[in-house]
Amino acid sequence: MNATLLITIGVTLISSAVALSLRNLIHSVLLLVITWIGICAFYLIFNAEFIAFTQLLVYVGAISMVALFAVLLTRVAPSTNQRNKQSVTRFIYALITGLSLFSLMAFAVLHTDSPKEKVEALPATVYSIGKELTEEYAPALMITGSLLTLAILGSVLLAAHSPQSKENS
Amino acid sequence: MNDQTLNLCLLFSSALFCIGLITTLSRSSTILILLGIELMLNSANINFIVFERTQPDVSTSHGTLFVLFTIAIAASEAAVGLALLIALFKHQRSVVIDEASQLKG
Repeated sequence: MNATLLITIGVTLISSAVALSLRNLIHSVLLLVITWIGICAFYLIFNAEFIAFTQLLVYVGAISMVALFAVLLTRVAPSTNQRNKQSVTRFIYALITGLSLFSLMAFAVLHTDSPKEKVEALPATVYSIGKELTEEYAPALMITGSLLTLAILGSVLLAAHSPQSKENS
Repeated sequence: MNDQTLNLCLLFSSALFCIGLITTLSRSSTILILLGIELMLNSANINFIVFERTQPDVSTSHGTLFVLFTIAIAASEAAVGLALLIALFKHQRSVVIDEASQLKG
């Protein structure tokens, strides 16, 4: 199990770091798909099958396609020298912030005592998830559903509204 | 699951969070900023799953359900964010975030 876990973690971290540092946005989104598949494999290693397939459907299937469409719809002619001095300075500040936050979190993780009692968790089955979603979490489920509906309606309205096209036509 | 595996997973999720944070702070493309935020949400989800496996509450599966709701919220956030991006692009023909400095429509 440990070798599988290490390979999954390595592939996920490397692909995400490379994806988010590339200049070409299409390559970034396609590499992030590998990251999301790696996270899905991570969930499968930890016996969370339902979450793993939800991750696969939502991220690998839906969000990557939406991001690719956004990249393709907003393409402009590539300008040659975009990396100016300001963006380098900003990258250095961001790197300092991120690395200090990571060292802080790593320090906290490594110096915290883990729980003494070890109980092997029962994996959440689809039956138990469905039962809790329809009983205890039913209001939250309804709120999430209406939120999704409103978000989709709002994004359609936002993307369809174009004040300039009226003036041009 | 032993202590080493727990620490490894927590370090993994914090590294993923920091990669997302660095992207969000440093890149100028709005699409990459949104994807960095998605990555940060993913690392939070990983923590929920790992802690649910380590400290189980046998009667319920709160961690799994919380992750489900987080994924739903992240999906709607991505949809609204990318629609905003397309509206911004229609308005000023660019997705560079430094140029989006006007409140006037």
